[in-house]
Amino acid sequence: MSKIQVSTNINNESVEYLCEPHDTMLNVLRNQLDLTGSKESCGSGDCGSCSIILDGELVCSCLMLAAEAEGSKLETIEGMSEGGKLHALQQKFLEKAALQCGICTPGFLMASKALLDHNPTPTETEVRFWLAGNLCRCTGYDKIVKAVLEVADDMKESA
Amino acid sequence: MNEISNKWIGKNTVRPDGAEKVTGRAQYSSDTTMPGMIWGHVLRSPHPHAKIISINTKKAEALAGVKSVITSKDIVDFPLDTPVILGIQDMRWMCRNVMARDKVLFHGHPLAAVAATTEAIAEKACDLIEVEYEILPWAIDIEDAIKDDAPILHDHIQFNGKPSNIAGTLEHKKGDIEEGFAKADVIIEKDFKTEAVHQGYLETHSCLVSVAADGRATIWSSSQGQFMVRAMTSFLTGIPQSNIRAIPAEIGGGFGGKTIVYLEPLATVLSQKTGRPVKIVMNREDTMRASGPTSGSKSTIKIGATNDGKIVAAQGIYYLQAGAFPGSPIRGAAGCSLAPYDIPNAHTFGYDVVSNRSKVAAYRAPGAPIGAYGVECVLDEIAEALKMCPLELRKINAAKEGTKAVHGPVFPKMGYIETLDAAINHPHYKAPLGKHQGRGVASGFWFNAGGESSAQLNITEDGNVVVTTGHPDIGGSRASIANITAELLGIHHDRVSVLIGDTATIGYSNLTGGSRVLFASAMVVTESAQIVINQLKQRAAKIWGIDEDAIEWENGEARPAGDNAGKFAPLTLAEIADKATATGGPIGAGYQVNTEGAEGGFATHICDVEVDMDLGIVRVKRYTSIQDVGKAIHPDYVEGQLQGGCAQGIGWALSEEYIYNKDGHLDNTGFLDYRMPVCSDLPMLDTVIIEVPNPKHPQGVRGVGEVPLVPPLAAISNAVYQAIGKRSYSLPMSPPKVLKIIEGN
Repeated sequence: MSKIQVSTNINNESVEYLCEPHDTMLNVLRNQLDLTGSKESCGSGDCGSCSIILDGELVCSCLMLAAEAEGSKLETIEGMSEGGKLHALQQKFLEKAALQCGICTPGFLMASKALLDHNPTPTETEVRFWLAGNLCRCTGYDKIVKAVLEVADDMKESA
Repeated sequence: MNEISNKWIGKNTVRPDGAEKVTGRAQYSSDTTMPGMIWGHVLRSPHPHAKIISINTKKAEALAGVKSVITSKDIVDFPLDTPVILGIQDMRWMCRNVMARDKVLFHGHPLAAVAATTEAIAEKACDLIEVEYEILPWAIDIEDAIKDDAPILHDHIQFNGKPSNIAGTLEHKKGDIEEGFAKADVIIEKDFKTEAVHQGYLETHSCLVSVAADGRATIWSSSQGQFMVRAMTSFLTGIPQSNIRAIPAEIGGGFGGKTIVYLEPLATVLSQKTGRPVKIVMNREDTMRASGPTSGSKSTIKIGATNDGKIVAAQGIYYLQAGAFPGSPIRGAAGCSLAPYDIPNAHTFGYDVVSNRSKVAAYRAPGAPIGAYGVECVLDEIAEALKMCPLELRKINAAKEGTKAVHGPVFPKMGYIETLDAAINHPHYKAPLGKHQGRGVASGFWFNAGGESSAQLNITEDGNVVVTTGHPDIGGSRASIANITAELLGIHHDRVSVLIGDTATIGYSNLTGGSRVLFASAMVVTESAQIVINQLKQRAAKIWGIDEDAIEWENGEARPAGDNAGKFAPLTLAEIADKATATGGPIGAGYQVNTEGAEGGFATHICDVEVDMDLGIVRVKRYTSIQDVGKAIHPDYVEGQLQGGCAQGIGWALSEEYIYNKDGHLDNTGFLDYRMPVCSDLPMLDTVIIEVPNPKHPQGVRGVGEVPLVPPLAAISNAVYQAIGKRSYSLPMSPPKVLKIIEGN
């Protein structure tokens, strides 16, 4: 079978690639486009390490076919900081020690961004259930949840 | 102890490696590529126990794109009759674990590996390898492995003069156990069972190896020790250590599970044979099936106390699963379980049991959570029988400075009692409980470790600092090293870069494990900094033309002291660095030592649960971890260790277990059915940091990372008992099991 040509937009840049029909988005991001910030930890959609934002919605890139990106707008961790300035979530994760080994961190940041894009004033329970699709084995989630809630508070104050 | 101003020690600084980790740029092992790289894949056994009659690789080799196929013939063989010890591992087992030899011993045991131009071709080639097996009877659980007619995994292992799956024992004794029980007013004896659980690191195993045309190998991999990777790969491939450079990638979690190799020797041999860099990435299924986990166990705990709450005798008998090769953590179970208590008569005994499971690997305080589980549950029952507060019972019997532990050493100053007092006085311990809620407490101990470490501290030409150590940073150690360096040199922590050297760029450093990294790193960094400060004073002395003894280093500056005080304007680090060439050349120093004086750590945990009486679901409502950490160099990352360990304990107690089916296959190899706690399962995890400085450490540091996983199993069990009035003597307390207990079945 011949390869599929895909035109898409990743982190506000036009991107074209050829992929096999069975290639996952994660595989193309990591192994063709050198966007290795998205991680594969389970390959079955259970850990969220490969979280990206597809047309505004949070998805596991390991469960998405690369061919599905045609005409879409993708956000990955590599596009989260702008012009060398960290996103508020990235900054808060650093200040609040919301990461230890850091392998789940890109996924948590993408998921947290998607949450705040959808719901800028989440409760602790809403944060916990939104992030329930992202596994972290190091932190016990405590500092991650606190960091997300603080960013939401900061956004409220600056609004 | 050094005088410390605590300008940086104890501050929650931003970690030096942070910006790369929040932007996705940090290079973990599977993120690395090389020009000309090809891919490896590993063929694994579909059987739990079988003789390998033949392996035919011809069809695989003929597949287009396949570059090489290897089997155990390509890995160095270590005969079974002579131990080859490296750290706590034996290369006789390691060579058979990375590649089955004669027999496959567990579902998922590697027996061949392929290198091909793509991962898909390598995987397809593995399917084309023809293996003829003679299937043997197997034993998965301890009971099946130790019964009289059990299938024997290793014919040469004997116990009581007969071939056996009991591969070793370990015993600790103190006083006279029979005499002790004779004095007891109350004696409680119970049997306990736990299941194998995986470390659950989110980064699976992977590596990239390039063996160049001159035979020199470079390994990029995620591990808890690049020197361990170098040594084990050398043993298993025959390449001299001096010809192997192991570069530590960022590590995506380990928890003990990355203290041995799985893929590195295979990729090295494949690269040797093909002349190409070879990358192998283990998927989640194989990681669950063939790496880690920690032991499942069965144990019997018997404790006797007098009516006034004094424990007079305690006995713990532990059987731990080793997996397919000897080496379960019986030392942690038998050595740590009674350590928090001053017990005159005690006896612990551990059995190391092999069975047809994957070889166990270290997991955070290996063996200690299993040991503490039974002991801390029986103590709860003793307290109830004596109508005492369980924390008071522990306090009456608490080990303190001068207590001789059951496992041998005499404790120096340490803070176990302080954790109990903090628990008794914590608002959590007094808070009211709701319907079907219960509160449990438990304590725990871990040895902590010293061992070899190396550091190099260099002053840059512009007067900043680069510190290199040899331990992979598994959870923020670089941040703590930056704090200590800044403190010692009296400069802003932002001016300190902290790097992890590879095996060619820094001196030998033992594993990131045993809660040793900051303890040991701080010692060698402190020594290096002292040498550098002396150099800086010498340079200032030269510049001023005075005696170097008449100079003080303070607040990042050389200052003339004594008779010379005030005669010269102070020289900053940057000013001295600027004149380094003229005053003698580059400024910097290294220090390497086998560190000693890592004293043990103690913790006490309080846990509230609520039990759904209809569904059997246990929910943790509130959790407080209290731990003597010696000195918290970076409090946020200390708290993070406490919180992370506690979350792993909650998983072990409530939802995680290896489930083997009737065919001896591991049934739950994914995160959907190997159920680790997710964000919505947990409450905020409170912590109380107790600081009783380690008298044998320059900053007072004790190991922190492992103790947090010791108390949770019992704390949660005790809480569930208080909530439902009945006790589960096995883990995990999964909903069906809890429902059965509630219904009295």
